[in-house]
Amino acid sequence: MAKKKMKIRAWMTDSRATVKAILFHPMETGLRKDKSTGKAIPAHYITEVKCEHQGKNVLTCLWGPGVSKNPFLSFRFKGAKKGDSLKISWVDNRGESATTTATIG
Amino acid sequence: MNNMRRTFLKAGMATGTVAVAVGAGLLTPASVLAAWPKKAFETKKMDEAIKILNGSANAANSKDITVEAPDIAENGAVVSVTVKTKLANVENITILVPENASPLASSYILGKQTDGFVTGRIKMRKTSDVIAIVKAGGKLMTAKKPVKVTLGGCGG
Repeated sequence: MAKKKMKIRAWMTDSRATVKAILFHPMETGLRKDKSTGKAIPAHYITEVKCEHQGKNVLTCLWGPGVSKNPFLSFRFKGAKKGDSLKISWVDNRGESATTTATIG
Repeated sequence: MNNMRRTFLKAGMATGTVAVAVGAGLLTPASVLAAWPKKAFETKKMDEAIKILNGSANAANSKDITVEAPDIAENGAVVSVTVKTKLANVENITILVPENASPLASSYILGKQTDGFVTGRIKMRKTSDVIAIVKAGGKLMTAKKPVKVTLGGCGG
């Protein structure tokens, strides 16, 4: 996977902001085996995603290994306007993290 | 083959450490924000996961919640699920798959401005219901949708 860790699109529809994001992550459950070695692939998944609108928390996602690879996330919220910032950050079970900020268009 | 898979699943479960301290601090929804509820994600009992997240597992069926998922999922590794609700003051939305090794797939804590609408993609081991639990105004409500899985998506 390329270095890019996230793709966010956010736009206004009427009075609400719609957000769609793809987080690039393997989301390994720890239950899968490597076919060539027969060993289990260690678990590696996102545990927490925080979405902030202008510094205010709008959505916190608690994820487990049951979320698909390269997770997709979509939600809507009120009180936003064009040009506002939207920050999405995640942490995984290995302590890796990423933050991306998008502008609501 | 199937036998091997069973033992493998068991081994994987046993090695997971259970953070008792984290679980103990999760009785109030406010503290859910502070720590990832490891215990809720590791438990094999659906009711226990709901209880850890919401303080109770007694959810009433509600017609105001819609779970949108495909009737037949060809690939269990990627099942798109949308949970919508018209209920006011939605505090959180939880998505569970009872037939998965760990039923809890994801839980979303909504801010005050956020609509009762969340889309995500989850893995499904086999044909099962997808259950949504919505906490709104202090009450627990639930709805479900059966999804037929033709190819399991949790590895093994």
